[in-house]
Amino acid sequence: MHIVIRALIALIVLFVLMRIIGKKQLAQVTYFEYIVGIVVGDIAAFVSTDMENNLAHGYTSLLVWTVVPFVVSYLTLKSKWLRDVIEGKTTVLIKNGKIMEDNLMKVHFSTDELLAELRLKDAFQLADVEFAALETNGKLSVLLKKDAQPATVKDLKVKAAPMRESQAVIMDGVVMLEPLTTIGLNTQWLHEELTKAGVSLENVFLAQIDSNGQLYLDLYDDQVKVSPPVDKQLVLASLKKCLADTELFALATNTPQAKQMYAEMATEIQRMIKELTPYLS
Amino acid sequence: MTISSQVKQTLASLKNIEASLTAFSNLSTHEKTKQVFQENAQTAHHLVETMKNRVKELEMEEPQYKGL
Repeated sequence: MHIVIRALIALIVLFVLMRIIGKKQLAQVTYFEYIVGIVVGDIAAFVSTDMENNLAHGYTSLLVWTVVPFVVSYLTLKSKWLRDVIEGKTTVLIKNGKIMEDNLMKVHFSTDELLAELRLKDAFQLADVEFAALETNGKLSVLLKKDAQPATVKDLKVKAAPMRESQAVIMDGVVMLEPLTTIGLNTQWLHEELTKAGVSLENVFLAQIDSNGQLYLDLYDDQVKVSPPVDKQLVLASLKKCLADTELFALATNTPQAKQMYAEMATEIQRMIKELTPYLS
Repeated sequence: MTISSQVKQTLASLKNIEASLTAFSNLSTHEKTKQVFQENAQTAHHLVETMKNRVKELEMEEPQYKGL
């Protein structure tokens, strides 16, 4: 029984201490964090199982191993020099497409290991790599040559509508009020949208609203089909129809004044279509 | 279908577009998107007004098609 209490206390203490040090410790980006991670885990295991030992000793040591990293991580924020000493520096392994053999030796990387790490980064050909560096957490970061990089929207020279993060507004059939108010909508709006989609709240597993106010639904019952929102496409189609109409009216009318008015409307609608297409598709 | 009724139909479409664009503007959370929708809603509003005037003219010319 005693051991259960000991283990529980150790668990709680460790949990609290780790919450205080924070998320950065989890990433274990530096040598220091790596060592702290191992040692703290080890001490905690020791404290919770080793009956003979003095409890106070164990906890004191645990405290030292969490307070010191806490202080050090604060100090490294302030000093670049300390950062370099404690966290180490990034080592450049490939520069301008050429392997830096000296640096490879320094970090004890064999050619095979380098190739394996590159492959893990989807760089199967050395010819495609412009730059690669070994980060302080032991991971390789790779910059591909421009022509080997995947195309982005910018590369395609396509105009794209800006977007923000989506908000999950229904989880497990329960409305999440906080995200809903964040985007300035209310439950009434949500219920209306659900009615439009023809689903009941209880059947919704997850609902997300994107920055354009469009609702995406995932239902418990996957047999039920939810039609994707088409409001925007409809408006675009409607605009195109108006364009065709005004052009037709311009041709049909005999009054030169009206002809000109319709032509002006057509150009205006054309401009609208051009501007709105990225936003409406 | 006469031209007059076709024009009225287009007017209705334009009104619908204006309303939709205003709704989209209100629903989006990104300022740029909001602005683009709002500006285009204004253009649509302008088009609706022009079209309304044209409908009036047509009704004067052909009184038998008066009324929506």
